[in-house]
Amino acid sequence: MDPLRQSPSPSSSRASSPRTLSCERLGYVGIEAVLDQLKIKAMKMGFEFNIMVVGQSGLGKSTMVNTLFKSKIWKSTMPGLRVPMPQTLQLHSVTHVIEENGVKLKLTVTDTPGFGDQINNDKCWDPILGYINEQYERYLQEEILITRQRHIPDTRVHCCIYFVPPTGHCLRPLDLEFLQRLCRAVNVVPVIARADSLTIEEREAFRHRIQDDLKTHSIEVYPQKSFDEDVNDKILNNKIRERIPFAVVGADREHMVNGRCVLGRKTKWGIIEVENMAHCEFPLLRDLLIRSHLQDLKDITHNVHYENYRIIRLKESHALPQGPGWVNLAPAPPPAPTGTRASPGPAKMCRWAEDNSDEDF
Amino acid sequence: MSGHVGFESLPDQLVNRSIQQGFCFNILCVGETGIGKSTLIDTLFNTNFEDHESSHFYPHVRLKAQTYELQESNVRLKLTIVNTVGFGDQINKEESYQPIVDYIDAQFEAYLQEELKIKRSLFNYHDSRVHVCLYFISPTGHSLKTLDLLTMKSLDSKVNIIPVIAKADAISKTELQKFKIKLMSELVSNGVQIYQFPTDDETIAKINASMNGHLPFAVVGSMDEVKVGNKMVKARQYPWGVVQVENENHCDFVKLREMLICTNMEDLRDQTHTRHYELYRRRKLEEMGFTDVGPENQPLSLQETYEAKRHEFYGERQRKEEEMKQLFVQRVKEKEAILKEAERELQAKFEHLKRVHQEEKLRLEEKRRLLEEEIMAFSKKKATSEIYQNQTFMTPGSNLRKDKDRKKEPGYRLELLCFDVRACETIGGRKDAEEGREGPRAPGRP
Repeated sequence: MDPLRQSPSPSSSRASSPRTLSCERLGYVGIEAVLDQLKIKAMKMGFEFNIMVVGQSGLGKSTMVNTLFKSKIWKSTMPGLRVPMPQTLQLHSVTHVIEENGVKLKLTVTDTPGFGDQINNDKCWDPILGYINEQYERYLQEEILITRQRHIPDTRVHCCIYFVPPTGHCLRPLDLEFLQRLCRAVNVVPVIARADSLTIEEREAFRHRIQDDLKTHSIEVYPQKSFDEDVNDKILNNKIRERIPFAVVGADREHMVNGRCVLGRKTKWGIIEVENMAHCEFPLLRDLLIRSHLQDLKDITHNVHYENYRIIRLKESHALPQGPGWVNLAPAPPPAPTGTRASPGPAKMCRWAEDNSDEDF
Repeated sequence: MSGHVGFESLPDQLVNRSIQQGFCFNILCVGETGIGKSTLIDTLFNTNFEDHESSHFYPHVRLKAQTYELQESNVRLKLTIVNTVGFGDQINKEESYQPIVDYIDAQFEAYLQEELKIKRSLFNYHDSRVHVCLYFISPTGHSLKTLDLLTMKSLDSKVNIIPVIAKADAISKTELQKFKIKLMSELVSNGVQIYQFPTDDETIAKINASMNGHLPFAVVGSMDEVKVGNKMVKARQYPWGVVQVENENHCDFVKLREMLICTNMEDLRDQTHTRHYELYRRRKLEEMGFTDVGPENQPLSLQETYEAKRHEFYGERQRKEEEMKQLFVQRVKEKEAILKEAERELQAKFEHLKRVHQEEKLRLEEKRRLLEEEIMAFSKKKATSEIYQNQTFMTPGSNLRKDKDRKKEPGYRLELLCFDVRACETIGGRKDAEEGREGPRAPGRP
């Protein structure tokens, strides 16, 4: 049995089409050792993950981040001690390197205090979009240098967790606006914050209404349907999609329950355990983000969102650059509809981002 | 507050994704014809890739690339093997290594083009850049050949070179040691940078370091199996013994396989991408005129220079287009003028010919008329002369005859006229007519 009969192609500079060949004699070649090589390389380089949390103040964002990564990344602000509310939206990032079993993870969390807190919240998403685009821009500039670094530092936002306040009704106009704009630029995972104020039935109803809202406004949150690669992915992701948005509760205090030490919130009527699937869906969120889909989040950011940004940027390059350093984001003329896979959303978004980032950064 | 977060599964996630995507590895084999390149590759990957031997009579060096998909447990590997066909066979070997260099550059160029595209898809791009070059040195036992040295020198900045001593069963152990030392010293003294196995990671540093000392590997390739002891092993059988491929005492094949595939495949790919490809990219972009730092030492962006150049080229192109258009119009005009001229000439000729023809025709008509008149005149003359002849012939004859003749005269004249007409038409007939006349008369008519 000789499965391979390949007619040699005379001096082609591209290789000819592959034939599948199974190793007949099961002698040892050692190809699968490449997996170990990969692991070693990855462990040596370490991983990077950039996450952004967006939501109104008081929804428990900082607590959630602390719970997710089981370390005091932030000190959550208590209501009484809060500094006067910032007039404009400011973003600030914190970077930590956490290690587990030899795997180093450089985690960057970006918070958005002041989002949606003003009376007039018009265009409050612009600084956020500006920040996201700025990270893309930074990466792009590094990438098109002549002498590039060996490993370009990746500060692009891989995942944006959006906190929906638990009104129990449906998505508010601010939520809808924001989600529409953002889901084309970054992977968005919406969660129902402070879910302990809703009963289980209310939660389900709220969840369904949110899902309907998302569908009506064609907002594609992570995991996006269009990126399912094969049947297995589809099945797995469909299960996740049924439960989006997750109803989560964050807690950074430990309490004793039945002799075990658990993270939870203690109230007069009981202790809400964070890790208990019956109480809230925090484990689902954590598993999605960290245990199973982290690499996928990074891949989609790199292969899809970043490429989209790059296409827009390179097509718009006739905008006159001003000043030294990397190309500044000069306001481009009203862009013609560019041929990206999304609607003119990204182009518009880019323009607004450019407007605002000039002011802020 | 500590606890199990769970991101230790990150490497596994990465590995799963890589398994899904599959791996890609490209090997370039450089060496003379018949030195054992194909056999070694077959033995390395334990498969019969190709069967026929190549000829020694190619006029130029060509590269032949073939891609195969191998699978071992759940790892899919897209292996491309590039062979140099006809290397070292020519009488004049000056052009031998240029095709190889061109091929490697072409692969880099293809990748660079893809990377510079606006709409690109790098994640499912079939990477055809050469990851490792196995250079086969023939086992003379003396030193490197000049061709080998030149080729390796021109390749060392473009690809990871691993030199191997082919057909190592032709050298004895002591000679082999000396040969290896000589080879390495020659390489070093000529500044050829061969691939060194990486020693920065503790897990593989030790083994890599020791392997570095065994370079170049002396290998033997064979797919034939021979029974040794109670096992079938891959070996070459000689009357004086059996050379086992996988026996570390006999040759360094196992070391090569270990280093090439099991331990350093990923590093080879990494080096190709981060070192050789980046070098190529930098050179290419600088050639095109891009710099990172513009005048006044302000960092320029690639974008700006690119745009400037693009405008320049567009302007240039516009200008050239205009030029060509003008040229074209001019040429067309000229051609048209020439053609018109030719047409007119032809017309004139035609008229002339027609006239000549007419004249000719008239002349001929004229001639014919004259000829006809002559004929008439001649025939009349002939008629009159014959009448005269007959009259003179008849006079010495009898009266009777006269009367009869007189009686017969009109008829006779009629006959004569008849004969006349007939005689006019046929010359031959005249004679017969005469004879016919004379005949019946001669015997005497009553």
